Amino acid sequence: MTTAIELADSVRRGETTATTLTEGSLAAIAAGNGALNAFLHVDVDGALSAAARVDRAVANGEDPGPLAGVPIALKDNLCTRGVPTTAASRILEGWRPPYTATVVDRLLGAGAIPVGKTNLDEFAMGSSTENSAFGPTRNPHDHARVPGGSSGGSAAAVASGMVPIGLGSDTGGSIRQPAALCGVVGVKPTYGMVSRYGLIAFASSLDQIGPLTRSVADAAVCLEVIAGHDPRDSTSLQEPAPSLVASLHDGVEGRTVALVRELLDGAAPDVEAAVNASAAVLRDAGATVIEISIPELRLGLSAYYLIAPAEASSNLARYDGVRYGLRVDADDLTMMNVATRTKGFGDEVKRRIMLGTYALSAGYYDAYYGRAQRVRTLLSRAFAGAYGRADLLVGATAPTTAFELGAKTTDPMAMYLSDVYTIPSNLSGDPAITVPFGSGADGLPLGVQLLGPARSERLVFAAAQVLEEGAPR
Amino acid sequence: MTILDGYEMVVGLEVHTELKTVTKLFCGCANAFGSAPNTNVCPVCLGLPGSLPVLNRGAVELAMAIGTALGCSILPSSFHRKNYFYPDMPKDYQISQYDEPINVGGTLELPDGSTVRIERAHLEEDTGKTTHVGASGRIHGAERSLVDYNRAGVPLVEIVSAPDITSAAQARAYAAELRSILVATGASDGRMEEGSMRVDANVSVRRVGDATLGTRCEIKNLNSLRSLQRAVDHEAERQSELVAAGGRVVQETRHWDEVAGTTVTMRSKEEAYDYRYFPEPDLLPLVPEDPWRDRVAAELPALPAARRTTLLALLGEPTPSQRDQVLSVVELGIDAMVTSAVSSGVDPARALSRVANEVAALNGAETLGVDDVVTVLSMEQAGELSATHAKAVLADLVEHGGDPRELAKRRGFEQLDASSLDATIDEVVASFPDEWTRYCQGDDKLAQFFVGHVMKQTKGQADGKAVIAGLASRRSR
Ligand SMILES: [Zn+2]
Repeated sequence: MTTAIELADSVRRGETTATTLTEGSLAAIAAGNGALNAFLHVDVDGALSAAARVDRAVANGEDPGPLAGVPIALKDNLCTRGVPTTAASRILEGWRPPYTATVVDRLLGAGAIPVGKTNLDEFAMGSSTENSAFGPTRNPHDHARVPGGSSGGSAAAVASGMVPIGLGSDTGGSIRQPAALCGVVGVKPTYGMVSRYGLIAFASSLDQIGPLTRSVADAAVCLEVIAGHDPRDSTSLQEPAPSLVASLHDGVEGRTVALVRELLDGAAPDVEAAVNASAAVLRDAGATVIEISIPELRLGLSAYYLIAPAEASSNLARYDGVRYGLRVDADDLTMMNVATRTKGFGDEVKRRIMLGTYALSAGYYDAYYGRAQRVRTLLSRAFAGAYGRADLLVGATAPTTAFELGAKTTDPMAMYLSDVYTIPSNLSGDPAITVPFGSGADGLPLGVQLLGPARSERLVFAAAQVLEEGAPR
Repeated sequence: MTILDGYEMVVGLEVHTELKTVTKLFCGCANAFGSAPNTNVCPVCLGLPGSLPVLNRGAVELAMAIGTALGCSILPSSFHRKNYFYPDMPKDYQISQYDEPINVGGTLELPDGSTVRIERAHLEEDTGKTTHVGASGRIHGAERSLVDYNRAGVPLVEIVSAPDITSAAQARAYAAELRSILVATGASDGRMEEGSMRVDANVSVRRVGDATLGTRCEIKNLNSLRSLQRAVDHEAERQSELVAAGGRVVQETRHWDEVAGTTVTMRSKEEAYDYRYFPEPDLLPLVPEDPWRDRVAAELPALPAARRTTLLALLGEPTPSQRDQVLSVVELGIDAMVTSAVSSGVDPARALSRVANEVAALNGAETLGVDDVVTVLSMEQAGELSATHAKAVLADLVEHGGDPRELAKRRGFEQLDASSLDATIDEVVASFPDEWTRYCQGDDKLAQFFVGHVMKQTKGQADGKAVIAGLASRRSR
């Protein structure tokens, strides 16, 4: 399949048009979405008019940007003015935001063509995209299996060839885990590198937007476009986007890469074998590979399932039936709030709101939320210690290849364990990337995860490029 | 209506003041009172999904100015979320400061010399306003409720006093002095009636001499200084009577009913919310760097206490009533008129009296330009305007504005010059020889007779005192 970079180059050279590429993408969606349910909304008119603008620019001799004419899928928790944005929840059904997320504005500015909004676990809470109020998305490699989640729609859209680039959001692994399960590249950037303005919040201190692509280079181009300081997000880093493409082929010669025991604990044998094979690829490319243990990482899951629900319980309070979205009428205000939220939210969202409310309650705060924050500090410090010994860390992205639909829906704890290797990066705010690396025993795709210290994207991407080139075919 | 003998009250006040910033605390919407409903709103202050707050540094500066004026330490601070459901709060949480407020510790010295400690003065956002349409006007039984989010996200500073206040009059004096300070710093317009300054009172009583505090009640809906004083007095009386009769005060929030002159239960402690405070992850900690803090302190204008000292010094040995006048012109924020007039050569006692009496009585006195008032007082001092005419020109200034000399001319108030006044007096004296003889023989009552005729001839433009002086000097010749 052609990469986004190649597509944009051919549009800029006039060898094809943005309209042609967009029509191709829309046709692929029309043909495949019935089976996959990757898209919740396809914005045919918006996409074609954006494509026409790019084509006019090319005709006028202007440069429409590095993503000229490249169709892009947006996870449906990114606000798009006038286009339905649901976060896969009944409570926002029919809502059309009056404003556009910063990342989408930047993509449009780079010539990209947003073709539609992709499915997710409701409010990004889940690891299989089965928690969507609008039906699950299916894995393009095996329709009986999940695509992972919560950015399962974007992962499936990219993996099935509907679009070359999808945007997702990653709070505990929601980009990386579905990317691994669908066999695509997925990036969780350093916290603050990409503006969250317009991303419907799940857990504000953990959420970060990133790309899902078919190549490391495409992810680099996309991240360069969407990263950089945004005055509308106070937590956004005060620095411009890093230049990733220029250093993409810098390699790993002389670098030290640490294989982390805790990022393999409990992984299926085929996953473990892939991670070991990936370490060998890095060694062959000139890196020193060491093995280390960071025991604090084992605490990540518990801390995460207090911090994320606590923030979510507050972030999701605004869905009260007063201003937008669903309203279920009742006798008085409180009953209207209760009826609206009872009908509007799915089970997993309710479970996390209750968990979070409990964790923040008077008398429990110190024991739960306060303690989880202390663990978070501990974990960040442990990562910093590891980066004193190694430039990069390597491990599994997910414990297994894609599992079957329904396999974990009745066991939240089993589902939560899907993110055990990805959660620590969200807690520390450091960047991580998953790169497809061969297949599992069942023939389904596998991903290997690379982690680096904050703002080390250039190094992480250069190493990812090495893995991509050395991955089994 | 007051506390029973043998009991004392312990009062602490929580004052919320809206800051006079151009824009709201976390977005670029106008911070304006009186706009059409829901016109000063955007995704941020409506709390739309995906929107994020960005702190307004102008609001931080005003908060720092308040803290500086109150002698607080200005510290690195952070924001928390205060979670509770209410339709006029768009996010269903309020962004506020909790355990790390920007201003900590401080003191407010009242004009009577007593002091009240300030515990903290922190930043937070205001909520919208709900109107319940239907028979009762209250949330229960309303047919429908309308919410206006123009006020949502307007910056507030909440100033919390220590429980150092021991009388209703002192509570009033504290609120009045605090209001003057807020106005002086430019932080607030201090209008209690419009809700830009809101006062809640925590009141408890105990037997005189008891060391431990009694159970307190929080009194809300205090819309004027007068309500505050009445409500505190009433509440202390209610609690002291209750305790004296063997009852126990229940910790609760009570609503002041201005018409009935009583407080009534709003909600008890058991109904109190668990706000589930936690650090606001969308905002960074706020660190007021030294140069910033120093600049705010340097730019702080003269505060009421210093301004009172200045005025009293101008008067030399002020009388008790002049002391009261000094208090009142500073409280009204019109004391600069006095000091400016004095430095332009107006007699201090006259300047104070005019400003404290005539100017203060005008509706909208604080809108008068200091220079215009000084011009009018100087004209009066120079004998170019009579007292009556000076007052009329001041009233014209409030109503129409404009140049005071022009206004005086338009009204025909140009004072007679000394020679034409002399000529008129001579003319009147000559017209009434009998009355003049009797006046010269000591019938002082006749002075008013001559003044009346001079006024008639000059169509009221003569200064009565100048006429009497002219008559007296003629008699003594
Ligand atoms: Zn706004």
